[in-house]
Amino acid sequence: MVAAQPDIRPKIRSEEWSVWYGERQVLRSVTLGVRANEILSIIGPANSGKTTFLRSLNRLIDVARGVRTSGRLYLDEEDIREAREVEALRKRVGMVLALPAPLNLSVFENVAYGPRRHHIGERARLEEIVEKSLRAAYLWDEVKDRLHVSGFALSGGQQQRLCIARTLAVEPEVILFDEPCSGLDPISTARVEEAMIGLKKKYTQVLVTNNNMQAARVGDRTAFFLMGELIELGETRAIFTAPKNQKTEGYLSGRFG
Amino acid sequence: MSARHAQTIAFALLALSTLLVVLPALFMVFFLVRNGLPALSAEFLLGEPKDGMRAGGIFPAIVGSFCLVVGAITVSVPIGVLTAIYLSEYSSDSAFTRLVRLAILNLAGVPSVVYGLFGMGLFVYFLGFGQSIMAGALTLSIMNLPVIITATREALQSVPPSFREVSLALGATRWQTVRYAVLPNAIPGILTGVILEVSRAAGETAPILFTVAAFYLPGLPQSVFDPVMALPYHLYSISTQVPNISAGMRYGTALTLVGLVLSVNVVAIFLRAHLRRKRRW
Repeated sequence: MVAAQPDIRPKIRSEEWSVWYGERQVLRSVTLGVRANEILSIIGPANSGKTTFLRSLNRLIDVARGVRTSGRLYLDEEDIREAREVEALRKRVGMVLALPAPLNLSVFENVAYGPRRHHIGERARLEEIVEKSLRAAYLWDEVKDRLHVSGFALSGGQQQRLCIARTLAVEPEVILFDEPCSGLDPISTARVEEAMIGLKKKYTQVLVTNNNMQAARVGDRTAFFLMGELIELGETRAIFTAPKNQKTEGYLSGRFG
Repeated sequence: MSARHAQTIAFALLALSTLLVVLPALFMVFFLVRNGLPALSAEFLLGEPKDGMRAGGIFPAIVGSFCLVVGAITVSVPIGVLTAIYLSEYSSDSAFTRLVRLAILNLAGVPSVVYGLFGMGLFVYFLGFGQSIMAGALTLSIMNLPVIITATREALQSVPPSFREVSLALGATRWQTVRYAVLPNAIPGILTGVILEVSRAAGETAPILFTVAAFYLPGLPQSVFDPVMALPYHLYSISTQVPNISAGMRYGTALTLVGLVLSVNVVAIFLRAHLRRKRRW
């Protein structure tokens, strides 16, 4: 599928990527590419391996016990599995979790958490990063007067944009979204999606979602996973209007999943 | 029997059991205060024992107990907290960690008098500390390690996993994650362990019997290698070894011991409540 566009070098590439948790295989030989500055949506029913694929890309699956993998993953043609410092990789590949997960800190310190861990301690520099990140996440105007209240005091949608801002603060190149709107109301969801589209200029984004409409709204391309396999990958409009695979059609029309 | 009757009987039993818990506590406090309070005076609290401990005060024993508690906490809290972090945040389930967990369970089950004997063998004789604050505090700290470790592990495990994931996903190292995202949120739970340890270290008699406690030692310790008097042992001595002593001396000592432990606990409980208010998840 990537071969169809040989002129575009993918930002992220997986080659026959498989993952097992103990004896259970959750990803089966997934081969795909993510283009720079696109939003790739990954859709599929529960247990289709979407989240595991996402967590492979920043090696967050390393944290779990009994994980075995095979195949290859590349970021800018560098092997992700052999990244000497996993921390440096995770700085380049940011992630926003499913439920808004502010740390038990103020709004300001939530955003400053990453930069501080990467040894930025100067107040003025941190203030600059926090403002820039909150603006990029479309949250600045709503929180600029209460940067020192707890992150938990914000609404759900604001919390999720706070998490996006926190991810942006370490200046990643890629942002992974793991069902970022699963706990949000439609208006909050719209604001998060607005932020994602605004981020396309600078970042490559991978969005795992249970919400097909969301994939259709923000994804440039869409991948359909089922039982750990990549069933189909294509331009979002093509996937939603004329899927090539019967299983994709079945899922989109609600026959299973 | 109708359902309504069953309910009435069940509620009565529950209320009665609860009352049976409250009564002894109230009774004990009342008893201690009534018999001990008249004995409390500036001389009693701040003076040295006189007349074969039948008169005077218990100041050396208060200072001794204070030294032992502080010493035990200073040793066991850092070691216990670091061990708990290792077990909870770093180690996978290996033969080594199973061994450590087994060791902790065993330590928790050892009677306190055995700790006293062990402390005497290891610290007093083998390491040559003699009967001293050092030997006593180390013995108490080993006795309390399981308490601190268990409380800290539970506190760490109650911190939401998402905090760790968020921190790691931002490129923080595992140690930074523990230090900045996990540990600050576990402090109220760790304090619970410290509270329990203070009570035990201040109250246990057996572990200090062979390792530190002096029967009669006016004057204050000059170094950690000096023996001291301690409140629980003092209470035991004057109640069993000193004939014709007034009840006021005994109950006054007991009341002081309970009062000291209680006041340390109250401080820690307020501190914990204050820290918990900041917790929002």
